[in-house]
Amino acid sequence: MKDRYKYALAIVLMVAIFAIPFIISPNAKFGGADVAGSAAIQEQQPDYQRWALPLWQPPPETESMLFALQAALGAGLIGYFIGHEKARMEHMRKKED
Amino acid sequence: MHIMEGFLPPFWAAFWYLLCIPFWIWGAMQAKKVFREHPEQKLVMAVSGAFIFVLSSLKLPSVTGSSSHPTGTGLSAMLFGFAITSVLATIVLVFQALLLAHGGITTLGADVFSMGVVGPIVGYYMFKLMRKGGIALPLTAFMAAVLADWATYLVTSLQLALAFPGGNLVQAFEVFAGVFAITQVPIAIGEGILIWMFFDFLLKSRPKLVKQLLGEADAGKTAGG
Repeated sequence: MKDRYKYALAIVLMVAIFAIPFIISPNAKFGGADVAGSAAIQEQQPDYQRWALPLWQPPPETESMLFALQAALGAGLIGYFIGHEKARMEHMRKKED
Repeated sequence: MHIMEGFLPPFWAAFWYLLCIPFWIWGAMQAKKVFREHPEQKLVMAVSGAFIFVLSSLKLPSVTGSSSHPTGTGLSAMLFGFAITSVLATIVLVFQALLLAHGGITTLGADVFSMGVVGPIVGYYMFKLMRKGGIALPLTAFMAAVLADWATYLVTSLQLALAFPGGNLVQAFEVFAGVFAITQVPIAIGEGILIWMFFDFLLKSRPKLVKQLLGEADAGKTAGG
C-alpha cells in the first residue's frame, strides 16, 4: 500500500477512536481522570489533609493558552522535522537520477 | 497520571523522588554522551521529546466517559532508552507542575517515576523482546508506545494504592486502577497509531540512524521495509 493511503487510514482510525466515546455516551461529562484520581483518594481516606498547594494556579484562559502552547511547541518541532526530512529525501532522490 | 500537588503523603513524595535520582543522573550522562559523540542524533532526540510535549498536553475522550492524556514516551524509550526518556519526561512534567498547576513539585518524583521511568522501561524491553521475536519494526513501535502509555497509568494506580491502602492494598489498587486503567486503553491505542506512523516515516527518512540508535546496525542489510 502506498504510504499516503496507509497514513490516511491511520488518521481515520485515530479520529474514530476519539470520536466513538461521544457517540456511545453522549451525556458523559468527560472529566479528567487525574481529577477523578484525587477524588478517589478522598474516598479512600476522607481525613487526608492535602499538605501542599500549587505555587501558582493559572486563570482558566491562561491555562488553556499554556496547554495550547505546549502542544504547539511540540507539534511545531515535529512539523519542522518532517518537512526537513521530506526535502532531504527529495534532494537525495534527485541527486541519484 | 498527574498526582495533584500535596496529594501524596511526605514519605511517599520523598520515596519516589529517591527512586528517580539514579535515572536522572544516568539519563543526563547518556544525553551528554549523545551530544558529544553523535551530534547528528540531537534533532531526533528533540523530536522524541516533542512527542512527549504534544501528547501529554492532549486530554482525549475515552469510552468510559472520562478524559485522559497519552504520555508520548514510547518513541524516545525505543530510540534513546529509558534513562534519557526520564530526563525528557521530567522537563515536560516540571513545565506542567509550575505553569499549569498540573501535577506538582511534591508529587513530581512519583509522576516522573510512572511516566518517565516505568512506562519507558516497559516500552523499551517490550520493544527489545518483540525484535527478538522477529516482529517488524513499525509494528513494534506501535506496541511499545501503547504499553509505555498503559504501564504509566498502572504505576500511578499502584502509587496511589500504596499511599492510600485503606486497609487492603489489592482493593485500593482496584479502586485507583478503576479510575485509570480502562479509560487509558483506547487512548494508548490511539497514541500507538500516531507513533507507528512517525516511526514508519523515520525508518524511511533515516534508516541508518534508526538502526544505529536501536543497536541493530548490522541487521541493516536484511531488515527491509
